[in-house]
Amino acid sequence: MSEDETQTPASGPGPDWGFETRMIHAGAGPDPTSGARQTPIHQTSAYAFHDADHAASLFNLQTFGFIYSRLGNPTVATLEERIASLEGGRGATCAASGHAAQVLAFFPLIEAGERFAASTRLYGGSVTQFSRTFPKFDWHCDFVDTEDLAAVEAVLAQGAKALFVESLANPGGVVTDLEALAGLTRAAGALLIVDNTLATPWLCRPFEWGADLIVHSATKFLSGNGTVIGGAVVDSGRFDWSASGRFPGLSEPEPAYHGLKFSETFGDLAFTVHSHAVGLRDLGASMAPMNAFLTLLGTETLALRMERHCRNSLAVAEWLTEHPKVEWVSHAGLPTSPYRELAQKYLPNGAGAVFTFGVRGGYEAGVKVVERCELFSHLANIGDARSLIIHPASTTHRQLTDEQRAAAGAGPEVVRLSIGLETVDDLVRDLDRALAAA
Amino acid sequence: MATDLHYSDALIAGILRRVRTIAMVGASPNWKRPSNFAMKYLQEKGFRVIPVNPRAAAAGALILGEKACASLEDVPGPVEMVDVFRASEAALEITREAIRLRAEKGFEVVWMQLGVRNDEAAAEAEAAGLTVIMNRCPKIEYGRLWGELGWGGFDSGVISSRWPRPAKGDGRAG
Ligand SMILES: Cc1ncc(COP(=O)(O)O)c(C=O)c1O
Repeated sequence: MSEDETQTPASGPGPDWGFETRMIHAGAGPDPTSGARQTPIHQTSAYAFHDADHAASLFNLQTFGFIYSRLGNPTVATLEERIASLEGGRGATCAASGHAAQVLAFFPLIEAGERFAASTRLYGGSVTQFSRTFPKFDWHCDFVDTEDLAAVEAVLAQGAKALFVESLANPGGVVTDLEALAGLTRAAGALLIVDNTLATPWLCRPFEWGADLIVHSATKFLSGNGTVIGGAVVDSGRFDWSASGRFPGLSEPEPAYHGLKFSETFGDLAFTVHSHAVGLRDLGASMAPMNAFLTLLGTETLALRMERHCRNSLAVAEWLTEHPKVEWVSHAGLPTSPYRELAQKYLPNGAGAVFTFGVRGGYEAGVKVVERCELFSHLANIGDARSLIIHPASTTHRQLTDEQRAAAGAGPEVVRLSIGLETVDDLVRDLDRALAAA
Repeated sequence: MATDLHYSDALIAGILRRVRTIAMVGASPNWKRPSNFAMKYLQEKGFRVIPVNPRAAAAGALILGEKACASLEDVPGPVEMVDVFRASEAALEITREAIRLRAEKGFEVVWMQLGVRNDEAAAEAEAAGLTVIMNRCPKIEYGRLWGELGWGGFDSGVISSRWPRPAKGDGRAG
């Protein structure tokens, strides 16, 4: 068949579009009915069917389309396509929060009584979710030091079906050796799930290193202004569920859909179709369209913001290393960081904007620094345009044991910063004043 | 798989624009089978899909309103595309049949479904002047190129600021 290039639709170089172009355009052409150029907020609960046959096709998953916003919404779908594109994934499913996205990620994978493994270096809330709440679903997590590859191999050999890590770990400064871990999970027939929240796809793209799934808290840098709670799970589309046989949720007949097998029917779309059609349908933790809209606005400037976040954060980290009241600074961009090499490999555009430092004087001094800041906001979040400060031991990592806190890099003297987009000299001045008082 | 297959969006869109009738080899009368899903979707998008399924043909069955044919030989032409919904091993024989019947039926494209790839068959078909697509689903490609795949949260790879987006069969330059 002859091919007339001038007659083709809707499409340019496809996967060759640059990151910054996809940040603004992926998933979002002009609205098909109105021509609205910015993505409309589809504030609707449900969608009209053409006729009974169309309704049946939708409920049977025979055609693409919307039924009810718990399962899917056009504004949310635009964000899903955008995030999938930025990560280089096949598809994405947005969720009401990062934590909801984590539940959605495990939901098709782990059956009652089964196990997965997770790094000891995680956001404290994830440690609590995996160790306290997941056991109520009879899902069990083994925490492992992922810098000890023999220990990782051992836990995978004992039947862990997935390994969960953070690419750049909260509370900061720690970079995970994704490629090495992906080698181990692949050999064990398990999945590597990477929380890419702190890095964002601008700094790190875990699928390029062999990850199978990525989760995000969109609450942080993706939205970027401290406006929303949101999350996403992204599928690489590369795990062969049918061949594996270890994941019956995706490869065996699904009774609620007349016995269809997701992997057979949807191929590399299976995980994402399942996450909407079963995960969101039954867990119900769907993202609101307004939150998707705000996150879409955030993604439009992601690279620009991350560049400045990283530059400001490295400058503040460098300044802190010289400060007499500072014992240590954990920032993977510093030449003294034990993670410097891993950062150069996995985070070539910058080592992120969330990091920790140790104040001389321990717990009391840590609390004081936080309370004395004027410009830094004292709150439990990261990834805002505003600079943020917190004392993890008394807040985000409070529920953990002393050992868990130490393993997570959240000891008593630790202060966590999330560096924003302000004038960097003002940030330094604010910290200087607060440290003087500590 | 030997090497990654790459087909330009322009090539795929050109095929899906031009083709009116598809012979789907391996179309199942069971509505829960993937082939039946794809057939129903393509019908909704305006393609005529003629099922080729010897067992269904012997039973005189209709699949989604179309009489099942026993073989490509029995398919009433003109048919521009043969969609192979069978295992990769079976694709060679089906492709040879398509090459043989090419002029008589008007076949222009041999399309092998997602997961189906037969490089030997492809080489023979291309040598005979047929266009070959392997390891792709026309339903997914249609949805991807005309804006429906993204509804499911998938990356379509399509970026365009044009409005309205050119539709299938719309002769407007894209
Ligand atoms: C690395 C990381 N993952 C997950 C989460 C949880 O996200 P959310 O608060 O959106 O549920 C957080 C939140 O702080 C986080 O920092």
